Amino acid sequence: MKKTYINGVGCISTQKTFDTVFLEEAVVNHDENVLAVIPPVYKDYISPAAIRRMAKGVKNGIVASALAMKDSNVENVDAIITGTGLGCIEDSEKFLKSILDNNEEFLTPTSFIQSTHNTVGAQIALLQQCKGYNFTYVNGAVSFESALIDAKMQIEEEEANSILVGGVDENGDYTTALFKLNGRIKKDNSGPYDVLTSATSGAVYGEGASFFVLENERKENTYAELLDVSIVNTLEENEVEDAIQSFLKSNNLEISDVDVLILGFDGNADFENYYKNLVQNSFAETPQLYYKHLSGEYDTASAFALWMASKILKTQEIPEIIKLNPVSKPSYKTILLYNQLNGKNHSFTLLTK
Amino acid sequence: MEALKAELKNKIITTLNLEDIAVEDIADNDPLFGDGLGLDSIDALELIVILDKDYGIKLVDPKEGKSIFQSIETMAAYIDANRTK
Repeated sequence: MKKTYINGVGCISTQKTFDTVFLEEAVVNHDENVLAVIPPVYKDYISPAAIRRMAKGVKNGIVASALAMKDSNVENVDAIITGTGLGCIEDSEKFLKSILDNNEEFLTPTSFIQSTHNTVGAQIALLQQCKGYNFTYVNGAVSFESALIDAKMQIEEEEANSILVGGVDENGDYTTALFKLNGRIKKDNSGPYDVLTSATSGAVYGEGASFFVLENERKENTYAELLDVSIVNTLEENEVEDAIQSFLKSNNLEISDVDVLILGFDGNADFENYYKNLVQNSFAETPQLYYKHLSGEYDTASAFALWMASKILKTQEIPEIIKLNPVSKPSYKTILLYNQLNGKNHSFTLLTK
Repeated sequence: MEALKAELKNKIITTLNLEDIAVEDIADNDPLFGDGLGLDSIDALELIVILDKDYGIKLVDPKEGKSIFQSIETMAAYIDANRTK
């Protein structure tokens, strides 16, 4: 059975994660409850003819995938696997609004074409002329992990030697307004918004695209080995530690073997005990990191965490801005990522150097 | 007629997201497809919707499109002669 290595990474996020090394320009925004992507110069990556019909998420996905490909020195991959919670929600909104505004007449093709969830994967494949396996997972907050599991299995079973895998989501105005109404996003004008000290419901939202080139061989530029990924739909707060121990045990590891724990604190006070229990108890002596104060919450925000984890294993450095506790280690070999959204869609991802 | 041509240029730029193109960049006789503006078949569908929605013209024969959508000049002339709103 082949092993899976992360050999290239690319990230477009609400921080400047392109043209930088590793979050050295990161800034926490306490004033906004919905964070917007810091856009790269799209025209450096996409032709003007192609770019004019592309939604924000498609452009970010294409640039992030291009950065990952360049980083890995791989020109062609055997497969492209994408995870997205809401897909191209901006154009979906546009198309649905057009249906209502025009009484179901005069429907134009562009926003319809871009409204499907698999547009990102399809456009990347078109640009790269990749005619191989192309799949998009739409599984809420485990969409990206679903894509990762598929990619890992394909590499292990030697169905593919190299795979481009990523997570992408974008904010749409109407959906964002609905999320504010149902409490998924924190209320307007209730700032300053702080992810760790929040006592209110709802999260600070964001958007972004993170892509990775996975291969079946370790190279000079390898970031990490992807050891394992696990998804659990529902867990009670007091079941998380057992689930983690069982996950680690299946990889012949114990909690003390974990050098870094990356948690998905998103400012929603209703569900932070899922993380707080770990922070205060079983992982109290482990370096703990968080990231959604930088990336915002969205269904595939955990792909941003994997980008961070990859960078940490390669550089062996942890930026102060993502540290949750002062614990450090002389070197970082094994990283565990744990994420959940509103008490559902729990994911555990294990990386090693 | 000149006002209609300017209106069409604006609609095309906005609807087709021609970000780097201004009204002044489109000459009345520039080909809309191919070497001119470089529009494609999806744009053609968008133009058909513009005719229907904004000028009340339903294109029944798709073959007509080739001559109608040759340039802003031909499009404006067709709209002027056939518009119902």
